[in-house]
Amino acid sequence: MLRNGLNSLFALLAALMMFASARADDIKIGEINSYSGLPQFTEPYRKGWRLAVDEINAKGGVDGKKLVVISKDDGGKPADAVTAANELVSNEGVALLAGTFFSNVGLAVSDFAAQKKILFVAGEPLTDAITWSKGNRYTFRLRPSNYVQAAMLAEEAAKLPAKRWATIAPNYEYGQSAVAVFKKLLSAKRPDIEWVAEQWPPQGKIDAGSVLEAIDAAKPDAILNVEFGPDLVKLVREGNTRGTFQNRSVVSFLTGEPEYLDPLKTETPEGWIVTGYPWSDIKTPEHEAFLKAYQDTYHDYPRLGSVVGYSLMKAIAAILTKAGSTDTDKMIAAAEGVSFDGPFGPVTLRAIDHQSTMGAFVGKTALKDGKGVMVDATYHKGSGYLPSDEEVKKLRPQN
Amino acid sequence: MSALLEAHDLAKAYGGVHAVRGVSLDVSPSEIVALIGPNGAGKSTCFNMLNGQIRPDAGTVRLDGRDITGWLPREVWRLGVGRTFQVAATFASMSVIENVQMALLSHAGRASRLWGLATRADRDRAEALLALVGMARQAERPSAELAYGDLKRLELAMALANNPRLLLMDEPTAGMSPRDRVELMALTAEIAREKNLGVLFTEHDMDVVFRHADRILVLSRGQLIAEGRPDEVRTNPEVQAIYLGEGLTYHSGVGS
Amino acid sequence: MQLFVVQLLSGLASAASLFLVASGLSLIFGVTRIVNFAHGAFFMLGAYLTFTLTDRFGGPLGFWGGMALAAVLVGLLGGLFEILLLRRIYRAPELFQLLATFGATLIVQDLVLLIWGPEDLLAPRAPGLSGAIDVLGKRVPSYDIFLILLGPLVLALLWLILHRTRWGMLVRAATQDRDMVAALGVNQKWLFTGVFALGTFLAGLGGALQAPREAVDHTMDLRVIVEIFVVVVIGGLGSIEGAFVAAILVSLLNAFGILILPKISLVLVFLLMAVVLVVRPRGLFGRREGAARMSGGAIMSVWKPLDRDGRIVASAVVVAAALAPLALGPYGLAVATEIAIFVLFAASLHLLVSVGGLPSFGHAAFLGLGSYGAALAVKMLGLPMAPALVAGPLLAALGAAVIGWFAVRLSGVYAAMLTLAFAQILWSIAFQWAPVTGGDNGLLGIWPASWAASAAHLYWLTLALVILAIGALRMIIFSPFGYALRAARDSDLRSEAIGVNRRDVQWRAFVIAGAGAGLAGALFAFLKGSVFPDTMGVSTSIDGLVMVLLGGVETVSGPIVGASVYKLLSIWLVSHTDYSKLVLGLVIIGLVLLFPKGIVGSFPLLHPRRVAPREKAAA
Repeated sequence: MLRNGLNSLFALLAALMMFASARADDIKIGEINSYSGLPQFTEPYRKGWRLAVDEINAKGGVDGKKLVVISKDDGGKPADAVTAANELVSNEGVALLAGTFFSNVGLAVSDFAAQKKILFVAGEPLTDAITWSKGNRYTFRLRPSNYVQAAMLAEEAAKLPAKRWATIAPNYEYGQSAVAVFKKLLSAKRPDIEWVAEQWPPQGKIDAGSVLEAIDAAKPDAILNVEFGPDLVKLVREGNTRGTFQNRSVVSFLTGEPEYLDPLKTETPEGWIVTGYPWSDIKTPEHEAFLKAYQDTYHDYPRLGSVVGYSLMKAIAAILTKAGSTDTDKMIAAAEGVSFDGPFGPVTLRAIDHQSTMGAFVGKTALKDGKGVMVDATYHKGSGYLPSDEEVKKLRPQN
Repeated sequence: MSALLEAHDLAKAYGGVHAVRGVSLDVSPSEIVALIGPNGAGKSTCFNMLNGQIRPDAGTVRLDGRDITGWLPREVWRLGVGRTFQVAATFASMSVIENVQMALLSHAGRASRLWGLATRADRDRAEALLALVGMARQAERPSAELAYGDLKRLELAMALANNPRLLLMDEPTAGMSPRDRVELMALTAEIAREKNLGVLFTEHDMDVVFRHADRILVLSRGQLIAEGRPDEVRTNPEVQAIYLGEGLTYHSGVGS
Repeated sequence: MQLFVVQLLSGLASAASLFLVASGLSLIFGVTRIVNFAHGAFFMLGAYLTFTLTDRFGGPLGFWGGMALAAVLVGLLGGLFEILLLRRIYRAPELFQLLATFGATLIVQDLVLLIWGPEDLLAPRAPGLSGAIDVLGKRVPSYDIFLILLGPLVLALLWLILHRTRWGMLVRAATQDRDMVAALGVNQKWLFTGVFALGTFLAGLGGALQAPREAVDHTMDLRVIVEIFVVVVIGGLGSIEGAFVAAILVSLLNAFGILILPKISLVLVFLLMAVVLVVRPRGLFGRREGAARMSGGAIMSVWKPLDRDGRIVASAVVVAAALAPLALGPYGLAVATEIAIFVLFAASLHLLVSVGGLPSFGHAAFLGLGSYGAALAVKMLGLPMAPALVAGPLLAALGAAVIGWFAVRLSGVYAAMLTLAFAQILWSIAFQWAPVTGGDNGLLGIWPASWAASAAHLYWLTLALVILAIGALRMIIFSPFGYALRAARDSDLRSEAIGVNRRDVQWRAFVIAGAGAGLAGALFAFLKGSVFPDTMGVSTSIDGLVMVLLGGVETVSGPIVGASVYKLLSIWLVSHTDYSKLVLGLVIIGLVLLFPKGIVGSFPLLHPRRVAPREKAAA
């Protein structure tokens, strides 16, 4: 237990030392994330990007220049993230900004980046708005968006015989758009589907018993779940006791990610169709290399956050290499269409909407040795699920 | 002289208990009237109906012929009624003179002004009022530091700030030492005579009552049982009975 | 029918859990009048300790024993906290204890991370109660039934303790009139410790009993604290029966409400509280608070406008602030701008809390209205910066007029909770009304006009407006209106008796304070370039209170110092450590112990007031 605390202390010291040893010709990257607010994601995430930076620097850096990451906490608040971004840009003189987790934080920093005319590579924020309705030329986003994940899950859902569907999603933009896109895409594939019930518990305050009974009363054949984190744990425990998930298909966003799957332990529901990260089962050479390096360095297995952090730095290194300079306009030009290799294989940053083609694994949940795992997982590339170019042009402000 | 304050048939009941029943009284200008009675007689209820803190169930209250029944205390104040409380109510966060200035500002209708230093307002008049009650030297002291007797004097100064014609004083000497009591009531009586004020006060201390009151009203169980000059009231057998007891418990059966 | 019964049972189980935690808070507040902000933290500790103890000791005895032990440990911790910290600050001005409990909450939040790590933890299910029983063909968790039975049992036990033991009688007496109880020779210190320990024991028990139902994680305390405050207020502070009824009301309304309006949960509990408080200003079972016989704290020094020395210091500060752009780069100026904005926010709250004696837990509503007002002026009406800076305070003043009208009809903590209810309702409107407010994705692109775009220009603009606003607030404090406001606070009886209309005066103070916060909010929107609902959140309101209290609630310059110190510290700490909450909490508790009258308020203790010569001669 205290190990975690000591780990963090060492991490802090390492970061300080890294900062202290930045030299004039090093490339400074400003990184912001909710370290204090979401440690279960951000600690593996930090390990991920640190691993990537060390690897890149071990090979001589980018054009002989070392990468130095200066990392700040935003406390989960958009206003504080802007303060951190400002500190990084004005005080530290970073070449670009990276990171963030929450959608609203990502949007705030994206807007700041547009105002200050600096490149921002967003790692985790899932909202479609960051590349579409509120997209700008300075912002790129790494993770597959809400839309893409919804499309992947809708594809699997369409194969199910279920006709009556119910949805449970947290009552904020992420939950609302996940449900909206899923419904739109699934109904397009299966016009026979009926949406019989929906529940919108406030994030963090789910009254799981009441919500599940309300859903059950509508007698759905299948349930779409968007809850994650502590809300998911509560939902699963209640659902298992009440038998709400029995004889029903469940499709669930993000549940296959170790961050959200591991806490469930013996409660892990079986047979849920989920997006996630089956870290122990991926047999590609890129991932095996990544897994080995991560485990050797940290004596712990990677979480999805680790992959995001690692890929983020690899993407930035690719941009810097292609641009050959830290001039913002050159970096943006380089970023559009750049490709790099991540643990999930090659990824490209699209020019049309600055969204990466990084994909996700879709599989099923299972219980093995008292732990939750993801089985029957296949990787779906992001590019296969993004809408057509004409549609994207309409969604994004043309500037 | 027509009465300054007239109350007719005041009544108030609390859930079936008649705290005050059919009480009528009047106070003339320059008259000091005391309202006395044992505990629970209804003095406070009666008193509070006169100044607007409680709404009477029945009856009327008139000030200078004007019906003020059920008026709010601040509306009653505006007609020229000053008030002191059983537990001295002053503004603890202000200095002595600021307390008086507050009352003066309100009297001048300037209490909602958002500009101007309040501490400069009506300073002369405030000092004069303080001098009247013998508090001039303590003008700058925080009122929270005052000895209780001085606090009562300050209250009196505040009550006089709006040039009242009537002073309503609820147990003005409660909580004071014997010497302070005498001094305060003497001061009050002197001011009342000088300014032609009517004064109605409730009291427990009979020395004070008999020394200063022109007329005494005696309340018992919500009803007025006696009224008159001090010497009349003192010799009234009913009054004696309610204060001293009738000795009934000792007369019946024992030894006879 | 089946659904009705099942929802009823589900709601009652939630109610039982809510009641357990809330009862402790109601008890603590009823007797000690402490707004125990740390109650959620004790709840969380109970859950974490239960996880560890039930994990280590298996079997039914290990499970139930572990739970009981966890609750007892939390009670002991609570008692210790009371003895070591709270006892020293009982004589401090009202609400000051809030600071100490707030600091404790911050510390516990980081402490559980350090001890138990960042991952969500799942405690084992209760042995023997891990399954479900069949009710009308549906499966109802046995644990739910257990909770439903336990709730009234605990209520009965508490009732017995309070009504049939000597100690309980003293507790009830202290709830009505604690000064009298002390005067009667009861050892008030140990009575308070006992009550606090019992209250925190109940919180820990609540947390322990929740551990088998939900994940144990480090945000548990924040997720539960507001709701239990609401339940306690709806029920009436100090009334255990009230907490019970309120918990049932809230939970059942939610369980059935979501059948009709699935999104209602976001705002239901605050709507309910607002309705209850408007209809019954002391909650359902609340009794009239016995008037405090002795005002807390030593003699307040009389407020005076700045003397010559003071004016020199103030001028020096203003000049130094104006020269800041010579020394600070863009980031430093952005921080300085943010500090100035929150100085204004704190000063506007100070008008309400210190001058008016109107505690407010919802002041961030006006900050948020100011931000949204400015943002909407820019985005929807296309107005440039200058009119937007007027639109913000106007919208905030309007909100303050409405909220204030209701709030001045209540008193004390009830009034404060009503402002919280309104703030939360406004927050949920901002959160949900996406077409207008952008929902939780907020409004972006609120950048200053080109003449104010550079860091230095925006700073000077903000500084100028803030100085003007604070100057105005100060002028108001020393104006007749300011004195009338204080008069209404000092003595309702006396102020009424000299013609002051308390409600009117206090309402105007609300509008003025709201406008001030609104200006701060408008400037904030332009500083950050974006507006999000969390600007109106509870944590921002509490931050404001902390700033005022830290500076010294009984001083005039307190909020300026308090806000500067708090903001500077927060920003610096977040930038330099992952455990900013722990450090901030420790600093706050340290300040509370060192400066029991707030930072500015404690200076007279260091420099004894010179007695005026006239008085010396008289004495």
